[in-house]
Amino acid sequence: MRRRYGAADYAFETFNYVFLLLLGCLTLYPFLNLLAISLNDSIDSVRGGIYLWPRAFTLGNYRAIFQADNLVAATLVSLARTLLGTFLSVLFTTMLAYTISRRGFLFRKGFNLILILSMYVNGGLIPYYLLIKNLHLTNSFWVYIIPGLIGAFNVIIIRSYFEQLPEGLAESARIDGASDFAVLFRILVPLSAPVLATITLFVSVGHWNSWFDNYLFNSKQHLSTLQYELMKILLKSVQQVSTDAARSGKVDRAVANTLTPQSIRASMTILVTVPILFVYPFMQRYFIKGITVGALKE
Amino acid sequence: MYRKLRSQYQLLLMSVPCMVLLILFTYVPLWGWIMAFQDYSLSKGIAGSPFSGFSHFADLFRDDRFYLVLRNTLAMSGLSLATDFVGAIALALLLNEVRVRLFKRTVQTITYIPHFVSWVVMANIVLGSLSPDGGIVNDVLMKLGIIREPILFMSKGSWFWAIHTIAGFWKELGWSTIIYLAVLAGLNHDLYEAAEVDGAGRFQKMWHISIPGLMPTAALLLILATGNLINTGYESQFLLGNGLNIDYSQVLDLYALDYSFSIGDYSYGVAISVFKSAVSILLVVSVNMAARRFGGFKAF
Repeated sequence: MRRRYGAADYAFETFNYVFLLLLGCLTLYPFLNLLAISLNDSIDSVRGGIYLWPRAFTLGNYRAIFQADNLVAATLVSLARTLLGTFLSVLFTTMLAYTISRRGFLFRKGFNLILILSMYVNGGLIPYYLLIKNLHLTNSFWVYIIPGLIGAFNVIIIRSYFEQLPEGLAESARIDGASDFAVLFRILVPLSAPVLATITLFVSVGHWNSWFDNYLFNSKQHLSTLQYELMKILLKSVQQVSTDAARSGKVDRAVANTLTPQSIRASMTILVTVPILFVYPFMQRYFIKGITVGALKE
Repeated sequence: MYRKLRSQYQLLLMSVPCMVLLILFTYVPLWGWIMAFQDYSLSKGIAGSPFSGFSHFADLFRDDRFYLVLRNTLAMSGLSLATDFVGAIALALLLNEVRVRLFKRTVQTITYIPHFVSWVVMANIVLGSLSPDGGIVNDVLMKLGIIREPILFMSKGSWFWAIHTIAGFWKELGWSTIIYLAVLAGLNHDLYEAAEVDGAGRFQKMWHISIPGLMPTAALLLILATGNLINTGYESQFLLGNGLNIDYSQVLDLYALDYSFSIGDYSYGVAISVFKSAVSILLVVSVNMAARRFGGFKAF
């Protein structure tokens, strides 16, 4: 086929590539900037002017973070909630999705309705808070895991996927005497890698990024998560900004031998972002498929 | 019935615990709505607190602060809805014109990053970039000679909506294009070829094929998003807000939280939540009715 390229076409093509390139840079810049600051000497950073490259290279900021007991503990809590929470959540969500994808299941319709309606009702923060309190889940690790175990939307995405698999697969296995557990875990789950990978990614990122439940329910230091620690440092420096505003001038924030909040923030931000950067690009193929199947079907 | 139940015991074993948890954490809190009609005190609980009728709702509708907070909630979600909608469609159309696959994939992957980072990280980036000492935005503006003194962005209340909208836009832009790109990829290629045979240029194809092809999905997503207009998150406002911009940054949920925890008036906080849920259900139901009429779509 003959392609027609006019001047307008070339102009557009150039504009398009330049624009998208700029957009990409604009998206990456804040992360690269934080990386540079995190690798730059803390006191030196106060002078400003660090953009893409550290001026006085050091790993001292990271070393200091890993020497702080509270941050090491918080990393472990964050890892634990992400691993355990994701595993349990995906397991339970998959089981529920399986049952309501079975045509003969007695409560299929009823459970389905309850599930879908649950996406539209919301009791509000205060009743939820009091419920968690009455269940004695405050100041406990389990408040990170149990309340979010079933995500209605995730159940529906997995259900849709199960329903579009050929029905004969499960049927013939059932006739051969396989249990429901065997059908689900031996036959359906291995066939559902794209959708399960998608849900696993979403749930684990959600766990890793979560801090509000920590803020609301867990005041004990040993249950603190990495995001919450970062948030506390952030709020501290916000207060600093307000005092800066009050004095309307630069303040000498760098105390000798201590890290500035700016450096701690930068290195912690990099620390909580890097695991995500290592995971999601590899899942990209899957989640694009997963999200479009789920969204277009429902 | 009983025999069927017995034969399905495995399915029950798999589903009943899940349903119990789901009901416990989504439906049981609705029970707490009773508090909105009581003078609730923590020590007496729901069973022991005296009823007060609609007095908290009457207070609510007389409360100037409530209208302020409602305004903030609707303004911020309206702004992010509009920018995200237009931005995602525009970016999807631009990406769709890119012929170099590697370039397209790279831009996509990069623009997805902000979606996956937490609002805590986002707030770090926003506050860092706008900081009066050494923030990139002030640096650039000063170097360009546009301003002489650094601007204290986060202390200017009336700028908060703009800052919040831009931050959210930056975070979700790439992610929102996924679905539009999928629709564009699914459009019939014969249409484009036929248009080329008829001598249509790039812009004509975009205008007459790509955009109309996106419209059904776009309309549907817009309608559904409208249903969630009052259900904004509160994390971003919580993290970016401060004492100086609170008149513009506080949203309904944070107001309810503030009332309940710092003043100890739980009933009032719940009344705010009930109001919010009532509006939200009203919006969702009417929007779904509209969507059903519009595109034969049904959510229930």
